[in-house]
Amino acid sequence: MATRTRARTVKKATRSAGRTGRTGPSRPRGAASRAVRKPSAASAKSVISLHIATIKGAFVLRSDRARKNWKMEGPYFLGSEANHLVRDPRDPSVLLLAARTGHLGPTVFRSTDSGRTWKEAATPPAFPKAPEGTTGQVVQRAFFLAPGHASQPGVWWAGTVPHALFRSEDGGATWELQQGFTRFLDGLKARKPDYIAETPGGAITHSILIDPRDARHMYVSISSGGFFETTDSGRSWSCLNEGCSVVDFLPEKFPEFGQDPHCAVLSPADPDRIYQQSHCGVYRLDRPATKWERIGKNLPAEVGDIGFPVVAHPRKPDVLWVFPMDGTDVWPRTSPSGRPAVFCSRNGGATWTRQTRGFPQSNGYFTVFRQAMKADHQDPAGLYLGTTSGEIWASPDEGSSWTQIFGHLPRVLAIEVGEG
Amino acid sequence: MSVAVHLSSHLRSYTRGRSDVEADGDTLAALVADMDRRFPGIRFRMVDEQDHIRPHVNFWVGGSLTRDLATPIPAGNEVAILGALSGG
Repeated sequence: MATRTRARTVKKATRSAGRTGRTGPSRPRGAASRAVRKPSAASAKSVISLHIATIKGAFVLRSDRARKNWKMEGPYFLGSEANHLVRDPRDPSVLLLAARTGHLGPTVFRSTDSGRTWKEAATPPAFPKAPEGTTGQVVQRAFFLAPGHASQPGVWWAGTVPHALFRSEDGGATWELQQGFTRFLDGLKARKPDYIAETPGGAITHSILIDPRDARHMYVSISSGGFFETTDSGRSWSCLNEGCSVVDFLPEKFPEFGQDPHCAVLSPADPDRIYQQSHCGVYRLDRPATKWERIGKNLPAEVGDIGFPVVAHPRKPDVLWVFPMDGTDVWPRTSPSGRPAVFCSRNGGATWTRQTRGFPQSNGYFTVFRQAMKADHQDPAGLYLGTTSGEIWASPDEGSSWTQIFGHLPRVLAIEVGEG
Repeated sequence: MSVAVHLSSHLRSYTRGRSDVEADGDTLAALVADMDRRFPGIRFRMVDEQDHIRPHVNFWVGGSLTRDLATPIPAGNEVAILGALSGG
């Protein structure tokens, strides 16, 4: 590692807190306690917290048990581009935040007291120093953070821009490049250099999925390049893209790799059920099969099956949600026809139900990024999405009704759900 | 050689809010290394893992802008580390 920075403690994210020396999060004026218009919230068994990463910092919204009233905590690291704020399900007092600023390089911050204090990684994700006379890679941002397997406390994974996978074994203090994944991608590039490419948001590594039955078994997606699998903790990888099409950005329609998965999720109820929202449709894969089925073709033709996020139900493998966007013409990436809608399938994608109650019925041009729509584990499941216009929407009833629970935030890049 | 260093606001979370600090070094590389010893973590935010100054960080040595860490710092010169104009 060329550059090894040492740990430092950041007492507070915001300038005002730094001046006052307070250790609690600062609150935006008027946002300390904001009631939600919620007519029919179903009770949750535990408090829900939404960990929101935005282009200008991170925020936490915390609910009561009814999921009706929400309180804002933060901002954390106001002004920093917060790419992903994740609570550790193995130790809920631990938060990891991937951040950078417009001027400064990327890093990872860790809190062990639910956000009251933060400590910067001693060795943030970084590529090795290149030999003299060669050009080395530079991490532009840590894009995706994933807690490791339940049996591996302290292990975290990070996907970066440009494409690379990093692993931490000490809770996020130090990060090491996973050379096996890099070698695998280099091999693909050697075969077809233009099939591993950048999106407008960079060469993104995301959707790090860990099989809850086997810590060695993982999936990782890259935009663009495809969906990949390892069964040996990342030492070796294989392509898993059969059946996923490419439309309008490569000459082949069904290449071995080169696809642009936007988001992939394992069903929490059946880790062999995988859903993927790609640049070119919504897909389902049932392992050990290796061919994806395009279930998005069953969405209404006037809506299409282009989008960023996909969400799996916490208990029902056949239930999933997508948030389609306009992928026609010049790709506006906004709600089709200005009518925001979630689409839910309760039969693995065979049929879909449009869910719009509470959303604007016209002139609503939402864009929801790939990491900005999630579900909780309550019964009925709650759904949450954040828009690029800084709105947070919640549904306490599996998408049947929606309420804007917060607005006026910066562009939302990611949401994660904490419970309890 | 002790050098007076002026920092823009972007970096002051590392210097406990101080805008002006002292560090040792007769080149920018040496200066930045010493700053990282005094203010852990600050180097990686300014200089990437390939030892290149990050695109939106500007180093001024005695009033001249440089992007080369090998730049010598003449005795008596101040160094300013400032954010480039950027944003939105």
